[in-house]
Amino acid sequence: MKLKKGIPVIDQGNKLGFWGGKFGGNFVPETLKKPIEDLEILFNKLKKDKKFIAERDKYFKNWIGTPTRFIKLENLTKHVGGAQIWSKVVSDANGGAHKIYNATVHCLLAKRSGKKIICGDTGAGYAGKMLSMAAKKFGLKCKIFMGAKDIERQQPNVRAMKKNGAEVIPVYSGSQTLVDAVSECMRFWVANCDTTAMCVGSTVGPAVFVRICGWSTSQISRELKVQLIEEFGSIPKKLKLYNCVGGGSSSFGFWNEFMDYDKKQCEFIGVEAGGPAKSKKHAAPLTYGSKIGILHGAAQYVNQDSDGQIEETESISAGLDYPGISPLHCFLKDAKRARYTAASDEEALKAYKLVTKYEKLRPSLEPSHAFSVAIREAKKMSKSTIVVVNSCGDAYKDKKILRNRLGRKYA
Amino acid sequence: MLNPIDLAFKKAKKENRPALLTYTVAGDSSKKQSLVILNAISKYADILELGVPHNTPVADGSQIQTSAYRAIKNGIKIEDIFWIVKKYKKDKNSKPIILMGYYNMIFQYGEKKFLEKCKKVGVNGLIVVDLPWPENKSFTKKCIKKSIYFIQLLSPTTSKERLNKIIKDSHAMNYFISMLSTTGGKLNVSPKKIMTNYFKIKKINPKKNVVIGFGITEKSIKSLKKADGLVVGSAICKVISISIQKRQNPVTNVANLVKKLKYKIL
Repeated sequence: MKLKKGIPVIDQGNKLGFWGGKFGGNFVPETLKKPIEDLEILFNKLKKDKKFIAERDKYFKNWIGTPTRFIKLENLTKHVGGAQIWSKVVSDANGGAHKIYNATVHCLLAKRSGKKIICGDTGAGYAGKMLSMAAKKFGLKCKIFMGAKDIERQQPNVRAMKKNGAEVIPVYSGSQTLVDAVSECMRFWVANCDTTAMCVGSTVGPAVFVRICGWSTSQISRELKVQLIEEFGSIPKKLKLYNCVGGGSSSFGFWNEFMDYDKKQCEFIGVEAGGPAKSKKHAAPLTYGSKIGILHGAAQYVNQDSDGQIEETESISAGLDYPGISPLHCFLKDAKRARYTAASDEEALKAYKLVTKYEKLRPSLEPSHAFSVAIREAKKMSKSTIVVVNSCGDAYKDKKILRNRLGRKYA
Repeated sequence: MLNPIDLAFKKAKKENRPALLTYTVAGDSSKKQSLVILNAISKYADILELGVPHNTPVADGSQIQTSAYRAIKNGIKIEDIFWIVKKYKKDKNSKPIILMGYYNMIFQYGEKKFLEKCKKVGVNGLIVVDLPWPENKSFTKKCIKKSIYFIQLLSPTTSKERLNKIIKDSHAMNYFISMLSTTGGKLNVSPKKIMTNYFKIKKINPKKNVVIGFGITEKSIKSLKKADGLVVGSAICKVISISIQKRQNPVTNVANLVKKLKYKIL
């Protein structure tokens, strides 16, 4: 399996939407074939349309706020004593996470297609919060599907969605987390696709949703490339980009612009959620060698049993608590362009403590997974190596969990 | 030799009525009970769809989801489903069996091995909800080589051009989804409108049998009786759920419902 140079990865799928001939595709009920095809036609047209891109950039700049900061973590670097540790503070974006890029683009597409309602799924609540913000901004009615367990553990984001006028629909089936929220959202779309647009909250789902999300979050690496050149005069000789991976939207966006560089120069490290240290359950299909299966319309590595039933996951971070993984990451793994590993709940918490102790930065539990591995590995690297961690979410939403696990001091 | 599915349609046509197709979930609420249910409804139904329960069903409404989760919770495995079909087919009054499920289960089992096993136990047709045309092209060819019909789904959103292509590639039976909905939704389109759409599809190739499903209940079944066949699923799953809740016997309750459905279309 090989990546092509000079062609955006989102456009490297074959006719049926498979990357590397086997990841992705459109495993959907017949009813959704037409709306998906319509969306594909619209997206393929608009992503080449200069006016549309100008409109996107206008909202990215004035409303989301670009660029987000690129900062050196001086104290942490000193403490760790190895590579230079930097962070791209994507949580600076309006709403506090990268999900706003995808939500904004989906709302712009929905407007163009004349749809009045938009539905979406959410795990940590960020995708839902951002979609509710964007829907409000663009005058669309908004419905958010969220697992009952996630509603319980991510209250601040639930309150934000409601404040933005979105209807939050709790999902009680299965494990009551993101996987069930995505299923329920797809079911809602099956029944309402004539009036409603759907926003899949990550680089997962039928191929077109993977592409739209990857196209949207790539804003992160576009900014980073400029910032690196401003800071170092050119792209550093040894650059390591660490990012947490749940569905894979922030990591893909963080890496996309660097795809064509040799991996010896720009290495990508994806950190999955290893779950509690003592539990066998995890949300790390790439790290722990899960088999290929079909989940939510796409072929991907996914946690499942021998019959093909999707397995329950477990992670402290709701945003990474997903049994599958973007087809884009399956492709990057098998093409050996990116390297994937996992951090446990405990390791993420430890990293959170360390980062907040030394820096004025409060990464949410998701990027804390990435920090954990970055800190561990940076120790052994030379001072000329540039480690960048995408701090793609803010810990405000994790208050309750942090208080329970680490005490009031850290919440 | 004709596929038993064709014979079932022929028989119904002779009796000047649509074929009655039922849907129950394999293993709901247990392996043995779902077999007893199949036996009990054979007298009234013409073709039996047997759901292969999956835990991330993207096209099923709450009734079928409840049945599927119940079956999985009670430990049903794919081998048990083959066992149910094999046992059922030993009954001399058995009817054609269509397995209905999601592609991942087939993919994990292996397409070839799955079809060999289907053939061996006596499965006559397959409906794979999330394997649409043209993605299903290669699999449907493998099915027909084993004399198993792959039943294509057609929806109100399927374009005319697409309908033509799908029907051209289809086997002798197709399934028209009555409305935009997951299974078991409330019928939100008039039966007249459904029949208009149905006849448009039928006209493309009158030789192929087309059944209508989604949202069909005791109330609405009569108004659709001009179709080649009608599928009732969620209404049956609901009866099983209610029976369990009320500590009644699901077998008799389901059999009674199917009997009533049959009389409505005579």
